[in-house]
Amino acid sequence: MPTTQPLLAVENLRVEFPTRRGTLVAVHDVSFAIAPGEVLGVVGESGAGKSLTGSAIIGLLDPPGRIAAGQVVLDGKRIDNLPYEAMRRIRGREIGAIFQDPLTSLNPLYTVGRQIVETIRTHLDMSEAEARARAVALLEEVGIPAAARRIDHYPHQFSGGMRQRVVIALALAAKPRLIIADEPTTALDVSIQAQIIQLLKRLCHDHGTAVLLVTHDMGVIAETADRVAVMYAGRIVEIGPVADVIHRPQHPYTVGLMGSIPSIVDERERLTQIDGSMPRLTAVPPGCPFNPRCPRAFDRCRSERPDLIAAGPTQAACWLHAMVPA
Amino acid sequence: MTAGVAGAVRNKGDELLRLDDVARYFDVSPPWLNRVLERKPRVLLRAVEGVSLAIRRGETLGLVGESGCGKSTVARLIVGLYAPTRGTIRYEGTVLAGEGAAAADGAAQRHARRSMQMIFQDPYASLNPRWRVEDIVAEPIRVQEGDVEQGAVEARVGALLEQVGLAPADGIKYPHQFSGGQRQRISIARALAVNPAFLVCDEPTSALDVSVQAQVLNLMRELQQRLGLTYLFISHNLAVVHHIADRVGVMYLGRIVELAPTRRLFTRPQHPYTRMLLDAVPDLSLTGKSRTAVAGEVPNPLDPPPGCAFHPRCPLANERCRTEVPRLLALAEGGEAACHAAEEGRLPARVVAAA
Repeated sequence: MPTTQPLLAVENLRVEFPTRRGTLVAVHDVSFAIAPGEVLGVVGESGAGKSLTGSAIIGLLDPPGRIAAGQVVLDGKRIDNLPYEAMRRIRGREIGAIFQDPLTSLNPLYTVGRQIVETIRTHLDMSEAEARARAVALLEEVGIPAAARRIDHYPHQFSGGMRQRVVIALALAAKPRLIIADEPTTALDVSIQAQIIQLLKRLCHDHGTAVLLVTHDMGVIAETADRVAVMYAGRIVEIGPVADVIHRPQHPYTVGLMGSIPSIVDERERLTQIDGSMPRLTAVPPGCPFNPRCPRAFDRCRSERPDLIAAGPTQAACWLHAMVPA
Repeated sequence: MTAGVAGAVRNKGDELLRLDDVARYFDVSPPWLNRVLERKPRVLLRAVEGVSLAIRRGETLGLVGESGCGKSTVARLIVGLYAPTRGTIRYEGTVLAGEGAAAADGAAQRHARRSMQMIFQDPYASLNPRWRVEDIVAEPIRVQEGDVEQGAVEARVGALLEQVGLAPADGIKYPHQFSGGQRQRISIARALAVNPAFLVCDEPTSALDVSVQAQVLNLMRELQQRLGLTYLFISHNLAVVHHIADRVGVMYLGRIVELAPTRRLFTRPQHPYTRMLLDAVPDLSLTGKSRTAVAGEVPNPLDPPPGCAFHPRCPLANERCRTEVPRLLALAEGGEAACHAAEEGRLPARVVAAA
């Protein structure tokens, strides 16, 4: 795992949304690192801040959202404070992005070939013909049949699964070393989902590309990620190797989350349920944000916010794992 | 079988709903002028093509399939939002739609309609944002029972909200004051308002986060046990259907390709499409392992392949599969499948991925 210098280091990232009624903290003190070639999954429910973390890293936060504190370091260089133009050169070249809905990531008025060629030529020093040859090769690599012909088709002429393949080709076009994939398979049917996940895994393995995989689907994380970070109310509550987090979760929220997922293998009368729902950003409780729903909460949880604490092979932000309970 | 309100014997296990060879086509032709000028033909989308199934009182029938397979159209046909192009739909023996519907007893039909309610996928779209929750839940009572005294309605609405885990005091709030899971509870309370026997649930938890989904699934199961409800549960999520359903039907391009008790379907799937779907589900126990990726995509429903619609993706397809549409036939393993390979005994033993 991360023995060498990490490819990406996110340190104490804080994303805020100033509103008329005060400032909302959507991402709170989030830190993690991704090693070259590693797949880090970020999982959480809607509003947990997982997508915003991804957007903040590639500098695509929608205003008025802004990075209020912390830093993002790519390969030793700080990138969160770069001017727009410099950041634009990093996006695509150093960091590729794949979003949930392939229809909105592609321009409907241009052929897919034109979009890929444009991306290649923006970032790599290639002639039109070389770029086009590379585009065909990319489309072949992502498994689009008759790529040489399909390259001149428009996005609407592709099915959902094929479109997501095009988006993957686009993300890989300039050979980035990190890809941020935000719910890349959520809009797809389960049989197509399996194809896309396999493709993403194979390509990143072949090219040594690291991936930040943002999803709400624990199943996708289980088969793809090396490590996983579980987010709740804007914070990472648990982070660790994927097998440990799934089979031996340490944070009570992760325990509840895992128990609430129905399975096609075991039969249960009832699913574990976490009562209540995640707090709105306007009403995050003091102390541990999970304490009102936590079956094991005690006094300290209600007053003091836990940071990540080593809990076996994983780290959990939970006072149950504090060495000396107060 | 005796039709009607008083005549029906209400035992668990009786057949409640029956679909016989139900089909629904949609005309998606280009406009008339284009057809004339550009000589474009009429185009029919066969969303549902010959579905036959029965649902017994007190059970949950799951219906799964990928987008565009016709599962939601089946739901809409059953509750009467669409009329079938062909076939009949019977509830407690009364023909609701299709051949013989006009001749059927009107009172029995009205009774049947009243005992059916639907729960929709998106709790943001299915609740009127300008109505208070108490009015949303009271609407079916006012519509179906006419003049009911205001106090009685209020008492019933309060009881309904309690039944789904909300407080009676929540009635004065508006939908936007609730989270997605709470909204789906409101939808369920509204569906239960007229004491239905049968709920058609179209992806009721697909818009919800997993921990909230677990709350709603647990609630639905409790209500079923307490009130003896019958569910048709439609979902694209196989794990959810595995959890909630007693029997499961698998749809592909408008047809049911396999229908079997849940345990049989998930442990010994027979139809190659069912096997493919199950192999494609990510499971948490498979950490670090890949699912079997499935070749190909669902064909264009406007131009489905001849014979068995699954044959272009099927590893077992032969000449017969390419020409003859398979019928749903009973299997020795239990349940039914529409597959020539199953009928001819050329299904290979399924290799179960060992952990």
